[in-house]
Amino acid sequence: MAEIVLDGVTKVFGDGFEAVKDMDLEIADGEFMILVGPSGCGKSTALRMIAGLEDISSGEVKIGGEAVNDRSPKDRDIAMVFQNYALYPHMTVRENMGFALKLAGVDKGEIDRKVEEAASTLDLEQHLDRRPANLSGGQRQRVAMGRAIVRDPKAFLMDEPLSNLDAKLRVQMRTEVSRLQSDLETTTVYVTHDQTEAMTLGDRVAVMRAGILQQVGTPAELYEEPTNLFVAGFIGSPAMNFMPGELDGGKVKLPIGEVDVGDIAGGGGSGSVVAGLRPENLEDASIVGDLRGERGVVFEAEIDLVESLGSDLYAYFHIESEGVQSDQLADLVADRLDETGAAGTREGQEQVVARLDPTSKVKRGDTAELWADTSKLQLFDPESGESLRRSGAAGDQS
Amino acid sequence: MEHENRQRVLWTIAIVVVLIFALIPVLWLISLSLKPPGSITDKSFIPSEFSLENYKSLFEGGIDDSPFIKPLINSIVIALITTVIAITLASFAAYAIARLEFPGKRLILAGALAIAMFPPISTVGPLFDMWRALGLYDTYPGLIIPYLTFSLPLAIYVLVAFFREIPWELEQAAQVDGATPFQAFTKVIVPLAAPGVFTAAILVFIFAWNDFLFAISLTSSDASRTVPAALAFFTGESSFTEPTGSISAAAVVVTVPIIIFVLFFQRRIVAGLTAGAVKG
Repeated sequence: MAEIVLDGVTKVFGDGFEAVKDMDLEIADGEFMILVGPSGCGKSTALRMIAGLEDISSGEVKIGGEAVNDRSPKDRDIAMVFQNYALYPHMTVRENMGFALKLAGVDKGEIDRKVEEAASTLDLEQHLDRRPANLSGGQRQRVAMGRAIVRDPKAFLMDEPLSNLDAKLRVQMRTEVSRLQSDLETTTVYVTHDQTEAMTLGDRVAVMRAGILQQVGTPAELYEEPTNLFVAGFIGSPAMNFMPGELDGGKVKLPIGEVDVGDIAGGGGSGSVVAGLRPENLEDASIVGDLRGERGVVFEAEIDLVESLGSDLYAYFHIESEGVQSDQLADLVADRLDETGAAGTREGQEQVVARLDPTSKVKRGDTAELWADTSKLQLFDPESGESLRRSGAAGDQS
Repeated sequence: MEHENRQRVLWTIAIVVVLIFALIPVLWLISLSLKPPGSITDKSFIPSEFSLENYKSLFEGGIDDSPFIKPLINSIVIALITTVIAITLASFAAYAIARLEFPGKRLILAGALAIAMFPPISTVGPLFDMWRALGLYDTYPGLIIPYLTFSLPLAIYVLVAFFREIPWELEQAAQVDGATPFQAFTKVIVPLAAPGVFTAAILVFIFAWNDFLFAISLTSSDASRTVPAALAFFTGESSFTEPTGSISAAAVVVTVPIIIFVLFFQRRIVAGLTAGAVKG
């Protein structure tokens, strides 16, 4: 077990593409660190540099206090779980799990004992003499995990280990991975593009975009206090709503009304800003009751679509606006396009999602009165995308 | 249903025709080899009397006097050595070509293809002179070297195709598991490419075993003459009898190792050996 430190790590590929730029990250001993970001953000490359499967162009990677830049993967004492599991098809489950120990020259009895111990942890005992081809996806995934834990390495590196499983199994394995990691207390670096996985699994989460580390923090920190537009839009599902605003002397003018935001950290007194509001900070005004007078703004919106999930009710509406222009948001939209084939934006309109109480009576086509909890409003600089204040600052109208 | 039946009937007919076409010469050869010298020209497909005399004559006189035993040994040894060397070299080369980006990779592949396309007959004259000057004429290496030259490109092409199919992650997994590159190659990649390795081995072996051109041109005695060349030097009982019977018998005997070789390796060419390596 050991801490992992990335110090100014950069990866430039042969064709000049800079996949990871000057990355600094400290992962404490026993910590579960998630690297998350859209595809192509450099998270896998960063992981592979820790593993030694990719050369480090500049900077230093330290595992357990020792620089490992020039060590080959086999000398780094780390175990890796691959996205496609990479099980050896010509070996049985037992041989797969014992392969590393066999290479290390551990004697046969000891190998058998360790393999059986890991197999019982992972509920694989009855499959030990089968080959990977005859296992289900979930079992293969567990064998891949088993191969890693048998070795008792300094660190686990996992590259999207759950993305090949179907949705139900993924949720189940997610809990499994989490339980395993907290039992073993082994330093773990876990790469995923799925923000839900990132939020539920990690002690801390590192968000990456275009090779640059955006923010590192606990899931709650990322959710409550995103440092920029990208993190704000990436973390959370459904994503945070963005709308353009005009800041003028402690008040911000939004399409949904005017909000008193108090002092802005950093001193920016006026100018255009991007305002972000999470879906759960919007509510049906008729349900809010007392809070309505206390803080926030009430506005009317024509509801385009209502989705009821039983526990929640998502209402989609749009606000007239020029739209929010930002490279960081463009990246997010592109990422969403990849995943769903729809970006959810229309020219001259900004779509907004509200997560309402399931007792709300709003219907498609209605013009409903909605309440926005503006104490949770986040403001960003439209140029740099940086957050203009941390939440918790002034904002209540009372 | 009817359509399916008709298809099956047509397939059966086609297969039978091909089998007859391919097997009649072989059966004819076997028939000839079993006829006693007296009835060899009787033109009947099924011998009127069976005799193993032709086979006996092949092995008569032991290793020194038999015209067949020494060439048979030569053939086996030369073909096996060629196969082992060719497969070893080809798997290293193919692995590098499949896995690494290095300058001159295209040149190597193009060169290999060019050599495979090159007509062997045009090299025989120069080789004859060179081998005599170098003392390789009528030796094992004198045959093994040209066989390697012409079989390596083929083996490399076959193996590159197989290595490319193996997910790179497997090798990386092995590296992370603590394997040196060589261990990863021998313990993970080669076993997985086994069907390809055996396919290439069969092709190389058959090429070396069947070659007549180099064998007849670059040998002069039983020291290194292989069976296909030796057959041309068979003589009959007297200088007036055709050695048809013994040539037939020898031809049958040299076919046997090929059949054994193919059957032996065929069992290892199990399709789907790589199934289950990755999610599929």
